[in-house]
Amino acid sequence: MNFIDNPGKLRGFEKNIKVEKVSRRSILKGLGITGGFVLAAPVMSRQALAYETGAGKMPHGVVVDPRIFVSVAPDGIVTIVGHRSEMGTGVRTSLPLIVAEEMEADWSRVKVQQAHGDEVKFGNQDTDGSRSTRHYLIPMRQIGASARTMLEQAAAKRWGVPATEVKAVNHEVVHSASGRKLGFGELAADAAKESVPAIEGLKLKDPKDFRYLTKGQIGIVDLHDITTGKARYGADVRLPGMKYAVIARPPVTGGKLVSFDPEAALKVPGVEKVMKVQGWPWPSKFQPLGGVAVIARNTGAAIKGRDALKLTWDDGANARYDSVAYRKELEEASRKPGLVVRKEGDAEAALKGADKVIVGEYYLPHLAHVAMEPPVAVADIKGDKAEIWAPVQSPGGTREDVAKTLGIPEGNVTVNVTLLGGGFGRKSKCDFALEAALLSKELGAPVKVQWTREDDIRNGFLHTVSAERIEAGLDKNGKVIAWRHRSVAPSIASTFAAGTVHQAPFEIGMGLVDMPFEIANISCENPEAAAHTRVGWFRSVSNIPRAFAVQSMVGEIAQATGRDQKDMLLELIGSPRIVKPNVKDLWNYGEPQDSYPIDTARLRKVVELVAEKGGWGRQVPKGHGLGIAAHRSFVSYIATIVEVAVDDKGKLTVPRVDTAIDCGTYVNPERIASQIEGAAIMGLSLAKYGEISFKDGKVQQKNFDDFQVIRMDESPAVTNVYIVPPGPDTPPSGVGEPGVPPFAPALINAIFAATGKRIRSLPIGKQLEA
Amino acid sequence: MIKVKINGQEQSWDGDPDLPLLWFLRDEVGLTGTKFGCGQALCGSCTVIVDKEAVRACITSVNDVAGREVTTIEGLHPNGDHPVQKAWRQVNVPQCGFCQTGQIMQAAALLMDNPKPSHDQIREAMSGNICRCGCYQRIENAVHLASTGV
Repeated sequence: MNFIDNPGKLRGFEKNIKVEKVSRRSILKGLGITGGFVLAAPVMSRQALAYETGAGKMPHGVVVDPRIFVSVAPDGIVTIVGHRSEMGTGVRTSLPLIVAEEMEADWSRVKVQQAHGDEVKFGNQDTDGSRSTRHYLIPMRQIGASARTMLEQAAAKRWGVPATEVKAVNHEVVHSASGRKLGFGELAADAAKESVPAIEGLKLKDPKDFRYLTKGQIGIVDLHDITTGKARYGADVRLPGMKYAVIARPPVTGGKLVSFDPEAALKVPGVEKVMKVQGWPWPSKFQPLGGVAVIARNTGAAIKGRDALKLTWDDGANARYDSVAYRKELEEASRKPGLVVRKEGDAEAALKGADKVIVGEYYLPHLAHVAMEPPVAVADIKGDKAEIWAPVQSPGGTREDVAKTLGIPEGNVTVNVTLLGGGFGRKSKCDFALEAALLSKELGAPVKVQWTREDDIRNGFLHTVSAERIEAGLDKNGKVIAWRHRSVAPSIASTFAAGTVHQAPFEIGMGLVDMPFEIANISCENPEAAAHTRVGWFRSVSNIPRAFAVQSMVGEIAQATGRDQKDMLLELIGSPRIVKPNVKDLWNYGEPQDSYPIDTARLRKVVELVAEKGGWGRQVPKGHGLGIAAHRSFVSYIATIVEVAVDDKGKLTVPRVDTAIDCGTYVNPERIASQIEGAAIMGLSLAKYGEISFKDGKVQQKNFDDFQVIRMDESPAVTNVYIVPPGPDTPPSGVGEPGVPPFAPALINAIFAATGKRIRSLPIGKQLEA
Repeated sequence: MIKVKINGQEQSWDGDPDLPLLWFLRDEVGLTGTKFGCGQALCGSCTVIVDKEAVRACITSVNDVAGREVTTIEGLHPNGDHPVQKAWRQVNVPQCGFCQTGQIMQAAALLMDNPKPSHDQIREAMSGNICRCGCYQRIENAVHLASTGV
């Protein structure tokens, strides 16, 4: 099937690509599923929560079954399964917390158990797309309510009273008429015999009775272990007899090994073996690149051995990939008409008739994720059984891919999900786990494959490179009457299918065709761009270049017309309304537009809130400037104000950042703040330093010395976060990613306010020093 | 045979004397709280304390620490209640947490040397430690809290 025509399946969509003839969902339905209720979409039991999400359309959908997610021990300890991957967002805390809230469990007597990769059992596990709370708030509440109901029923039976007379309160069930109480532990065995109540009849708690949700006082469950070194990440898994492997991979995407000489490597103390690793032709989704592995008794010896290898590569067709030349190609393409992906009115004619046309050409290079934990995985393959330990964002996908790569049934593969030392989209691709599986199978021993930082930067799945060109036509009153945005970038789909030259619906849906401005004549175009390396999801994905271009252009229009940036932004957003772009398949982050419309009232609200709280228009010292940007992504609304200071030598500092987010109904505001604080750092990193460039097909950067990220001495002095209180029935929306896109354009608008210099190409690098 | 004291216990090594301390700790001794982030002393994830100084275990060989005393995160405090660790929890510093053991060891070394650092001194001393999640504001606040009493 052609996944590009199937936007509902994108992002996590790779699973659907694999099944060519029969959809996985229809297979699932045919089996009738044992032990769980698989819902097409969560069923709501309270009118106030009646909204639908795209959760049911994800591979394997949603499972609502307390028997799978909750267990109560006789000592009262409640164990709740966390089925999503923890990479720093706090999801391993927040989803179980929802269950605990709804079942009236005392959080101090709750343990969280990490699910292994099994989507038939747990439902979809792809931890990406800022989806976990959005898709699981209601299902987790339903699971908690089911467990509570079963405990209440068990108590009522024990006492011989109607179930309506008993109530679970703080880890016990109470019969207030008689004053009798039974702890959850005392009821555990009986409750397990109760039938699971129908979802439709479940009574969810009134939000005013919440003890944990929205309160913001809950630390993450791994906090103590993290601060004492006990937290177990992928790299920390150790098995008896385990070998350590480091791999030399082709330096050019699609390159092949011609020959290798292992002699010097084998002389390194601790090195035990040198062996070839199977590679797949490019593109082939997440399959390994192949190369040569050095097997040793410890990682240090394996790295030293790898460095001693003599290798000859055939670099293949991408050996000519050169970022300087490629930038020219992209920019030239952006100056010519391309595939029209959104059309309203007649932008061409309106631009011709405009009083003034402002043109902005923006360029954003490739980026590497550089999660602090480089890719790493442990595999133990015994016969036709495989066990994997890995920091993966896609435990279910990893299980499928390991099974397919080894040619064994999926049921024979166990994927143990460790903590992730950062993910940012990189660990949605399980190539490193596949490498470990291949090596373990061949060696007949458990193997840990450790990527070095150099491997991570040179052999990853990079954020795309992009040229964005916007032409804005103004009438004689300075009103914008025409908008033409051409976006040219290699697509993530190119990692799945050779010959891909257009962006997929999920990519054009990130800030290009869903642009919310109230303008009569709009044309969004996507000229062709071929990929020459592996392109993949990077936190907030295509929203980075789109928000940068669109929000920089708002600043440019304000600049050209002598208006205040914020006023200009609000004028362009226009009246409070639901935007329905003229687009064939509006991706909308996989969510139904009824529940998650493009609502300009909410976008206006975050702009107004951040302007008020962040002191927009305040007097700043000489050399300082304020910039603003707003963007809707992952169906959340965010606006950011950045204050910059630029000294005489062009040194840039950021004294203050203010961000307002409307993410609908939320769980743990403390973690929302931490995500937004972190997004400011990531935004500043990519704006100031972020660039991966190619020459002769090879990545020119190698480590944190030449692919720099922000350190504490350059980080914003303070980041303030304001969360819009949700309406009673506002569906939850994304938090992990939306903080990133508005940061860079707000920064660039602030730099213009401070210096009069308009930066259109990232990274900023030395541009301010000129 | 190289002998080195790690968290008060003597360990010996008769392999490659140039083996980075990081891999000796992680793969040979089994102390995995010290993390690998870059291998080039650029990120600080592998920070340990040798005698009283913060060092990067990824570019320090086992031979370099022969006869010296190495403290890793596992040995910082028997119950994990060093003031820096407590402050970290009070401020809810970590996101993914991977770099945090290195950050904590760096902060502990800073406070040994300078018990009441200014905010500028904290930012300066902690700038060798990268946090890709971007927890810097909280790290700074936690170090300050640890220095003023948790």
